[in-house]
Amino acid sequence: MAKSALLKSSIAKKYWMALTGLFLCLFLAGHLAGNLQLLLPNASEKFNAYALFMTTNPAVKILSYLTYISIIFHAVDGILLTFQNRAARPVRYVKTNPAANSGFASRNMAVLGTVILIFIVTHMVNFWARMHFDKNIPLMKTTISVKGQEPREFYVGTGDGQYYMVDQVALEGEAKDTTANMMMMPKQLKIVNRTEVYNAGANVKVGNVYKDLHKITVDFFRDPKVGLLATLGYVIAMLALAFHLWHGFQSAFQSLGINNKFTPTIKFVGRAFAIIVPLLFAIIPLYIHFTK
Amino acid sequence: MASKSININLKVWRQKNAKANGAMETYKLDDVSTDSSFLEMLDQLNEQLVTEKKEPVAFDHDCREGICGMCSLFINGRAHGPETGITTCQLHMRSFKDGDTIYIEPWRSKAFPVVKDLVVDRSAFDRIQQAGGFVSVNTSGNTIDANSIPVPKQDADKAFEAAACIGCGACVATCKNGSAMLFVGAKVSQYALLPQGQVEATDRVLNMVRQMDEEGFGNCTNTGACEIECPKGISLENIARMNREFLKASSK
Repeated sequence: MAKSALLKSSIAKKYWMALTGLFLCLFLAGHLAGNLQLLLPNASEKFNAYALFMTTNPAVKILSYLTYISIIFHAVDGILLTFQNRAARPVRYVKTNPAANSGFASRNMAVLGTVILIFIVTHMVNFWARMHFDKNIPLMKTTISVKGQEPREFYVGTGDGQYYMVDQVALEGEAKDTTANMMMMPKQLKIVNRTEVYNAGANVKVGNVYKDLHKITVDFFRDPKVGLLATLGYVIAMLALAFHLWHGFQSAFQSLGINNKFTPTIKFVGRAFAIIVPLLFAIIPLYIHFTK
Repeated sequence: MASKSININLKVWRQKNAKANGAMETYKLDDVSTDSSFLEMLDQLNEQLVTEKKEPVAFDHDCREGICGMCSLFINGRAHGPETGITTCQLHMRSFKDGDTIYIEPWRSKAFPVVKDLVVDRSAFDRIQQAGGFVSVNTSGNTIDANSIPVPKQDADKAFEAAACIGCGACVATCKNGSAMLFVGAKVSQYALLPQGQVEATDRVLNMVRQMDEEGFGNCTNTGACEIECPKGISLENIARMNREFLKASSK
């Protein structure tokens, strides 16, 4: 009885909603910290290094799977609850006055959640999928000018705690004495699978060339055709997120049975989180679209 | 406040029986004293209907003193009408203006089927109560006085506040999800806070929540509407306490 109750009962559904929701709040804070690097002066280098870390670090991989599971569970549980709740009132009222006793956000969690889910899907198609599956993803380049020579473009890579400047020709994948260069310490390097840097002689992987997620992001929000639309869509989604968090954050604690002398503080923190986090997220595409 | 008379328009849910389809009917009622209670106004409407040889409106009422939990009515989109902290019998016509149109509907919930017009069957609450809302006491002749067990004042006060629930169903009626968690939360809390309730605490919360789910009530989404519309001011804290009790009981 006890075991099945923890999966099926109305209260258990609330626990899961609360736990996945709070975990996703942690995810939001982490994701925001990463994204804010887009506002730094050397954004390209910082953000691409961060993107490489996020796609290759094993601890991050575990967290990312937890995040995917949480999003799916939160959405499925939410849809299930919404259908059950509608079924609990088969005949609707003719006249209602819901604003008299409850807030807008608390009554529209399903609608707000749907807007956020649509955003997450498009967001993953635009960035996550390109980062993971796009064979022609742009690579991060830098131009180096040496006095008396033509300026040359290099791909930027990292590995073994060192930065690499890989000659463009190395992209061909053939190990030739002259095709790879590293700044400071010449080494024969070649690039395999577009992003993996190999020591040409020993045929050992030494690092990765940065995928230029920074360029993808900036190009996306500055696109002459859809850049404005993408920016507006992003801002609208963050507005939905703000309302969702406004109710959701403190509601999660109530669902978990925490309603005591700390509740006013939890409510205050939740509302601050609901304003600050989506606002900072929204500033980034606005900044990219309207500057430079 | 000086008494005066107002003329009002009523839109009332009429439904012949549990199986029939219902609809809103419009009535005009003149010379309603602002000193009369809402239920007296309905009595006046019924007298008018009887005079016109029409079927009077069926509605629930009993003590008309705000303590029995029998009266209901969803008035202008709110459980027990526009005022807070009262039942419909304590609502007076001075809360309305001359020429107002007043919508009167029964509680709407899958678990509260309409019997006739504005009367709904709230026996789902009784079944939840029977599933665990009690303490088993030996009454063979050596019953121990409840007051012989010391209870901290704070706990006693909170248990008393929870026990103030009159089971009227306003929480279910006003909840956008048709959830009964304020009612069940209050009934669970009332015992969970007292030493006498500890013996059966595990079964109580599991059985009451199971019965609540079986009756077809919705799931709480913490909108807080129930707490505002509750005529007895039962707090959301009671739902949180039920959630704690349920977690404790489920992990045993």
